[in-house]
Amino acid sequence: MTITAELARNAVGRDVPLEINGREGVPFRGVGQYRPDGAKHGPPIRSCADYPASGDKRVASLREALERCGLRDGMTIGTHHHFRNGDLVANEVFDAAAQLGARDVRWFPSASFPCHEPMVGHMESGVIHHIEGSLNGPLGDYASRGKMRGMAVLRSHGGRWQAIQDGEVKVDIAVIAAPTADCFGNATGDRGPSACGLLGFALADSMYADHVIVVTDNLVPFPCLPWQIQGNNVDFVVEVERVGVPEKIVSGTTVVTKSPDRLLIAEYAARFVRDSGILRDGFSFQSGAGGTSLAFGIYLKEMMLEAGVTASFVRGGSNQYLVEMLEEGLTPYILDGQTFDLDGVRSMRENAGHQNTSPFTSYNYHGKGNFASLVDACILGATEVDLDFNANVVTHTDGRLLHGIGGWQNCLTAKCTILAVPSFRNRIPVVLDRVTTVCGPGELVDVVVTERGVSINPRRPDLIEAMRGSDVPLIEIQDLKREVERICGGPPQRAATGDRVVAAIQWVDGTTIDCVRQVS
Amino acid sequence: MIEADSKTAHEYPGAAGPRGREVRSDCWIGVEPTASGGFELEVSSTVEPYYGLAIRELVLEGAAKLGLEHARIRVEDGGAYPFALMARLEAAVKRTGHSIGGAWMPEQHPDARTSSARDRRRRSRLYLPGDQPKLFVNAGLHRPDGVILDLEDSVAPSDKDAARVVVRNALHAVDFMGAERMVRINQGELGLEDLRELVPHGGVHLVLLPKVEDPEEVRTVDRLLSELGDEQIALMPILESARGVLAAQAIAAASGRNVALTIGLEDYTADLGIAKTDAGSESLWARSMVVHAARAAGLQAIDSVYSDFADEVGLLASVREAKSIGFEGKGCIHPRQIAVVHDGFAPEAIEVEKACRIVRAFRAAEAEGRGVVSLGTKMIDPPVVKRALATVALAIDCGQLARDWEETE
Repeated sequence: MTITAELARNAVGRDVPLEINGREGVPFRGVGQYRPDGAKHGPPIRSCADYPASGDKRVASLREALERCGLRDGMTIGTHHHFRNGDLVANEVFDAAAQLGARDVRWFPSASFPCHEPMVGHMESGVIHHIEGSLNGPLGDYASRGKMRGMAVLRSHGGRWQAIQDGEVKVDIAVIAAPTADCFGNATGDRGPSACGLLGFALADSMYADHVIVVTDNLVPFPCLPWQIQGNNVDFVVEVERVGVPEKIVSGTTVVTKSPDRLLIAEYAARFVRDSGILRDGFSFQSGAGGTSLAFGIYLKEMMLEAGVTASFVRGGSNQYLVEMLEEGLTPYILDGQTFDLDGVRSMRENAGHQNTSPFTSYNYHGKGNFASLVDACILGATEVDLDFNANVVTHTDGRLLHGIGGWQNCLTAKCTILAVPSFRNRIPVVLDRVTTVCGPGELVDVVVTERGVSINPRRPDLIEAMRGSDVPLIEIQDLKREVERICGGPPQRAATGDRVVAAIQWVDGTTIDCVRQVS
Repeated sequence: MIEADSKTAHEYPGAAGPRGREVRSDCWIGVEPTASGGFELEVSSTVEPYYGLAIRELVLEGAAKLGLEHARIRVEDGGAYPFALMARLEAAVKRTGHSIGGAWMPEQHPDARTSSARDRRRRSRLYLPGDQPKLFVNAGLHRPDGVILDLEDSVAPSDKDAARVVVRNALHAVDFMGAERMVRINQGELGLEDLRELVPHGGVHLVLLPKVEDPEEVRTVDRLLSELGDEQIALMPILESARGVLAAQAIAAASGRNVALTIGLEDYTADLGIAKTDAGSESLWARSMVVHAARAAGLQAIDSVYSDFADEVGLLASVREAKSIGFEGKGCIHPRQIAVVHDGFAPEAIEVEKACRIVRAFRAAEAEGRGVVSLGTKMIDPPVVKRALATVALAIDCGQLARDWEETE
């Protein structure tokens, strides 16, 4: 299959494909400019007559469940990343699909991790046609070198919900790994030997997919409480030895940094939040995974104690540090989209104020509002940021796909979006003339905090004014870029890329904000 | 230029720099001069997609500038900044035994053309191992009063020659963001060789002399600096033995270049055959001796380092103790210690208040054209005014006093 898509220039000046895997692609029109009409996708009507009245939906194996779901060539299978790098189910799903002789399946994960490297083999053998979801490590390399047959489509967590809900992606079979479930299909993530927290990433699939399979290693008698996933949406339940390794949900990005330079970035970010007046009684914040974000939370907590203020709510990714804040009374609520460590899992189980949320409540742009825009300050990372404050999270400057979007794009609608990034890493500039891939438009990035100081977007004169008198060093982003180039030895070469588009980057409303080309 | 196939097994007669997949912001370079054929260059780099061309261009430029005509050169790079890459190439060429054609220096940083004031603030000095260029580019961010590029204890004897070139290039080119540019040289003849390499290229504000026991060691360095045409480089002798401490007074007075005197407690306690404790009573006499010798000669007294960088509480207590017995500075072995050290040396509120009153009186006298400063019925001597001005400046830098305090009250 050749991919020689016709391109059109979008509102951030990027040429993007008008056709994506046979579907029409809509170029990004600007924040809030695209308003699709029509109705949401509806799954087929089912009848209790076709399900056991006993409620026991168990089948012997994943293979049998897939077979009874009618797995055929070219179908779409959804899986989810609540075990992060400890997921054991997605690989088993495709091993079973391969045994059943399925071909050209579209894999639609909510995120992929290095543990999913075996999917490369399934793409080589033809079982998987292409992946629509984040592409990490070996999978990113594979797609970047143009080896994947279809075009990768990268969406945010909210964008994945939007795509399912709007019918852009029809999920034929969703396979949900559940740390605890009953034979009816009710399932929860907050308990059981493989407890990982919440199953929010699987919620859309459970509601909209044609068929839903729950896989668990902890079958409990009916009813499984709480039911994060409702059994009424579930076709089959499969018992397996293990669904995931919960210790591995703490995967790399969830350890506090020890680097003095990263700590400095975290400290500047916290001081910015304090000195700009965002830190006040009843404020709210979200800081993502990643060592710098975690350190930010630690500094912010000290400043909250010093100022004697409490937050009205905090958005997770929950972790040990947010849980401490909750349990010490610095916030009454954690609105959690994903648990990043086992303290988060425990707290979700034990603390009434630790509420599990889904991409629907937190991030979906085609809903009647979402939580992300209510947050006062959101601290995020990026691989690159440019003079227009456009930012990239999916590729590095060499043009290779390295990361997924996660909730990053969705979080940009916070009242103050702060990118906390080093200005360069081991002679690789982060601040550039122009980002390799636009994932977030500069109009939504308010502040860039680096080890060399804080750059405030000129679109936010209110923040510039608020920081007058602060001793946090401020630096114009142009000056920062010049300094980075002075240290690194000039501007970096541009990646040598081919014409072929290997990935489309979707904005939160389903339009295409940029695309990624094959690297040589 | 010919890009050769992999020659990882090849022995290069000249090689410098760390090697391996884990190397970050540094590189290994192997050089083998050949009889003919121009330059055969092979580069592998973690930053190939970004700076691959720039690296090749720089290496070829350097090979020619350093006097090579034909050579096989291999670069294994983990993202070395240009100043470090240049230093590794130069050290590798030197190690082939090939004589160096001429100077090949990175672009000079403006701070490298300055010298530092005799009585500038020296509360914190951050030690940076001389052969770890990856630690240099961000060292200034943590706002130490000084950075010390160390050629002595942190560099293995077999790497002294290579580290010397790295340190020379760094002092010349790296932006340490206003920190005083210090270098700790080796003892004896090796130290003099260090100076012959460093001084002609500028960028050295202050030289720390290790394990000084005899004032003649200081005078030798002083003479060499003058012979090298320098008039401005300051000296800070380090006393690290019983002999050194007993000679403190003579050492402090040995050279007009001396601006500070310090003590190295690890070696000092080893010399005495005693354990170094947190309480430090075993070294109190020696440290007081250093303070007195320094004061008597008009120098700053600077304390040793606090070696547990994870213990900020212990560090702060140690700084306050040092301040209380007359020290004005402390060594830092980790960037996160700097802010704590500055905190510890920050003036007390009561000191700041008194200093402000004296400065106001001084300004009033200035405005009225009076030569004599008085506060109430007391006359204030010029040294007291000078000290008050320094306290006020320090209080401003420590965030205890607004920059415009004189207008706001």
